[in-house]
Amino acid sequence: MGIVTHRLFSSEGSTEQSRREPVVQAPAPQPDQMDKNIYKFILRYSGRQQIWLVFLTLVSFPALYYSLDLPKKIVNEAIHGGTFPKTMLSFHFDQLGYLAALSGLFLILVFINGGFKYYINLYKGQIGERMLRRIRYDLYLRIFRFPLPQFSRISSGEIIPMITAEIEPLGGFIGDALSQPIFQGGTLLVYIGFIFAQDPVLGAAAVSLYPVQGWLIPFLQRKVNNLGKRRVREMRRIADRISESVNGIQEIHGHDGTAWHLADIAHRFGDIYDIRFEIYRRKFFVKFLNNFINQLTPFFFYSIGGYLVIRGSLSFGALVAVLAAYKDLAGPWKELLDYYQQKEDIRIKYEQVVEQFQPPGLMPSAQILGDPAVVPQFTGVLSFRKVGYAEDGGPLVLNDITCDIPLDGHTAIVGGAGKAEMAQMLARQIVPTVGRITLDGQDLSQLPDSVVGRRMAFVGQMPYFFSSSLRQNLYYGLQHRPLRPALYDGAIETRMRRRLFEARQSGNSTDDPNAEWLDYAAAGCDDDAGLRRRVLELVTGVDLAEDAYAMGLHGTLNPQRQPEEIAKVLAARAAVREAQKDPRLGALFEQFDPDRYNTNASVAENLLFGIAVDSRLAPENLAGNSYVKQVFDKVGLTNDFIEMGRKVAETMIELFADLPPGHQFFEQFSFISLDEMPDFRAIVSKCAKVGVSGLARAERLRLVSLPFKLITARHRLDVLGPDMETRIIAARRVFAADLPARWRDAIAFFDVNAYNSAASIQDNILFGRIAYGHAHGAVKAATLISRVVDKVGLRSAIVDAGLDQPVGVSGSRLSTVQRQKAAIARALIKRPDLLVLSETTAALDGVAQTRIHQTILNERKGKGLVWVLHRPRLARTFDHILVLDNGHLIEQGSFEQLNRPGTKFHTLLQDE
Amino acid sequence: MSLAEEVELLRRIPLFHKLEPSKLKLLAFASERIRFGAGDLLCRQDEPGSSAFIVICGEAEVLLETPGGPVPLAHVGKNDIIGEIAILCDSPRSATVRATTDLVALCITKETLLCLINEFPQMAIEMLRILAARLEHTNRELRSIVSAAATH
Repeated sequence: MGIVTHRLFSSEGSTEQSRREPVVQAPAPQPDQMDKNIYKFILRYSGRQQIWLVFLTLVSFPALYYSLDLPKKIVNEAIHGGTFPKTMLSFHFDQLGYLAALSGLFLILVFINGGFKYYINLYKGQIGERMLRRIRYDLYLRIFRFPLPQFSRISSGEIIPMITAEIEPLGGFIGDALSQPIFQGGTLLVYIGFIFAQDPVLGAAAVSLYPVQGWLIPFLQRKVNNLGKRRVREMRRIADRISESVNGIQEIHGHDGTAWHLADIAHRFGDIYDIRFEIYRRKFFVKFLNNFINQLTPFFFYSIGGYLVIRGSLSFGALVAVLAAYKDLAGPWKELLDYYQQKEDIRIKYEQVVEQFQPPGLMPSAQILGDPAVVPQFTGVLSFRKVGYAEDGGPLVLNDITCDIPLDGHTAIVGGAGKAEMAQMLARQIVPTVGRITLDGQDLSQLPDSVVGRRMAFVGQMPYFFSSSLRQNLYYGLQHRPLRPALYDGAIETRMRRRLFEARQSGNSTDDPNAEWLDYAAAGCDDDAGLRRRVLELVTGVDLAEDAYAMGLHGTLNPQRQPEEIAKVLAARAAVREAQKDPRLGALFEQFDPDRYNTNASVAENLLFGIAVDSRLAPENLAGNSYVKQVFDKVGLTNDFIEMGRKVAETMIELFADLPPGHQFFEQFSFISLDEMPDFRAIVSKCAKVGVSGLARAERLRLVSLPFKLITARHRLDVLGPDMETRIIAARRVFAADLPARWRDAIAFFDVNAYNSAASIQDNILFGRIAYGHAHGAVKAATLISRVVDKVGLRSAIVDAGLDQPVGVSGSRLSTVQRQKAAIARALIKRPDLLVLSETTAALDGVAQTRIHQTILNERKGKGLVWVLHRPRLARTFDHILVLDNGHLIEQGSFEQLNRPGTKFHTLLQDE
Repeated sequence: MSLAEEVELLRRIPLFHKLEPSKLKLLAFASERIRFGAGDLLCRQDEPGSSAFIVICGEAEVLLETPGGPVPLAHVGKNDIIGEIAILCDSPRSATVRATTDLVALCITKETLLCLINEFPQMAIEMLRILAARLEHTNRELRSIVSAAATH
């Protein structure tokens, strides 16, 4: 059967979608091997720029030479005297005029030299940074090209510092790679030539020790280089140990392993210390030697040069100029030696990094990045022929597997060892060590990611989630390439163009992350709304809707985009208020009322009667806010707040005084953090001695800041009586009435008739707080909310909002079960030709499992599905069953064929 | 009721009467005060428990769920502590407790209680005393049941 070709982006036949914009072209192809030699790398990617730099450097020399010659002319001809008037460019000058002209010329030359230097430095910086960007990008790309087993050999702790810190100095060096030796060498030659032109003997004296330095320094340097190599290797190992400690922190605490890790790292730091100290010893000795040799030369100048002047065979002006030139000579010579040391250092770094990123079996970049216009649909069968798999030279865990897996039916894999590997191999997570897996004659291992990643889906036991929203994670399998360019206007477009140009200059990806990457067609949808509906359907199907609903209650709605939902929230609010008329239910809540103090809300919320949108009005910043101060002064609350703050501070000190530092109670209950405790203790005792009026302004402010977080019903601190409540209400009124225009958007006020866009959906429905201290209050509130949400038909909007909640770092906010459900939805949504599940639902409880199984079987009706089952009985509905035992495929066939006495499958069923 | 009043109340409970007032205040501050209506369950047998209750006012009955229906075991009232066994031994609740009147209890979470015991060993000793007394009481009951059975 031939492969049915299928244009991924035009499955609905729309020409609009099939027209790919040229903006999204693939990045320039990189050679598959990295240059082992850094100079080759530099010349390959910045050859032309390097030549331009060298050219500029050479062009700058005449001006440099002339600026050296000029002082001599000024001293000898303009100051020392001679015959005047002099003629220059057909102008006649007397002595003073001549001096002024020459000095002016000198200034111009200084300016030209400086200009050259500025331009050259800037240009160097640009080349360096582009090349650094290129190498970082290439190294990062290589991570994707690593064969998967490589990741068990190298840890992120080693990779990260290589890409981020270790190669950083390369940027500075690359701009200097060719131009620096030419510039400094050339400068040196100019100076030397100048000195020789003044007097050959002095010239010879100036360079007499260069051969010694040129031989000795590199010789000594080599030892330093070797130490440098060792230091890099050791440091990488330390990085690895640190990341291991971070990842294994629970085991370390759980087994009291801290001391061992400290000893280990101390030992390693000791190694680094030894190496570094040895490097210093040698490096500074080289410096010492070099400085000494450099100082020998002036000795020759003073003695020989002075002698020549006294004898009259050298002019005084010439000696001054030579001395000036020599002073400048030390600069380039030192730079040349430094360059040499730096070059060696960089060369080592580069070679060591490249070596790490060149593992055997690196996948060709075309396999990862190739983007065929036509992505073939998988049909027919996936054939295993004598396939075996071994991990890293170990024994074969799968052996001699020969079978055909149809892509239009359901296959179950049951039995013992090798199941997981078999599934991973099917989805090309790993490739066979021996034998071949073919799809219509094509080797599966040779197919590009763009085909396998779009036409297949794999869900393992430990799916990974990226730190973004749940929705973005579910859509992850639908964004392979940018499909519709983002629209920019004006200045932003110019900026984006420049950035695109720069990306191209560094061989980076030119794809725009802001473009529209979502491939609706791949999910079988037409547009965003369709995809949203589809994802809701799937989330419900995999039994994740309840979880998303719970997350969504803490989410928000967008009043502009969702006016209907907003109206429903307000209807739900009305229904809740109606229900609360029942006193048993009403006691569970305390509603927001503009004329009453809410004892279940904080003082800050009661004062603002709203939620601060601007962080300058956040509870911790209220005390220092000038407008709040103005209101407090007007209603006369300042002193009361100081007094309340003092009482709170006193109570906190009393409560937490004896607890050891770091006690969990501090974090959980205290208004005052441990570090602030001594400050407040000092303030309280000062207050007791000299009274409130004796406190400094800053001390008073700190006391005022304390009561804002107080919630009367919860904290029961008894500092806020009914009288104070009334006065805070009064302050609330003044606060709202006098509010300056610039603060108006800083607060989302509570309004019973309006949706509060700064509050969560739950808070908007309740329009109040769940009262503290009622048995099962939260559960009863949730039941009530759930009831009204269903009544007004808001549930799906809340589930939808829940999908936009963040899942945390690596999906840490999701439980294992939620992650498994979400991973199944993520795989189903992209409608792969083959879905491979590896004991995916093992962690789920019975009810959820049944429901999810049903969803998966329905979704995959007539399509390829391979499922590694942890319970053989579930295989009843599958077309085809493979039974593995000890890495061998021992039985295959339908349920009826296999379910008879004598088969392994039968035994497995009996054992269950 | 304010923190100060709760402290007064806690002081009258044998388990805590030897604690310094500031510790009692900390205990009260770190614990939630919860109101139950008559008929509400404080805890249900065989469910995992994460907090103990000290009855501030009101009454409740301790019920043993049996196949034949709930069997009342005891009545608890003001100043009694309930549910500390489950949070000390990580076992499920050994009985159901149902409020027979409106009831207010101080709810001490497992973390809070363990933290306090760690910090203030005299609390552990007091707790031992109470548990030992209860064991003694149970043994006596058992003995009377066994001897009653033997005479039949």
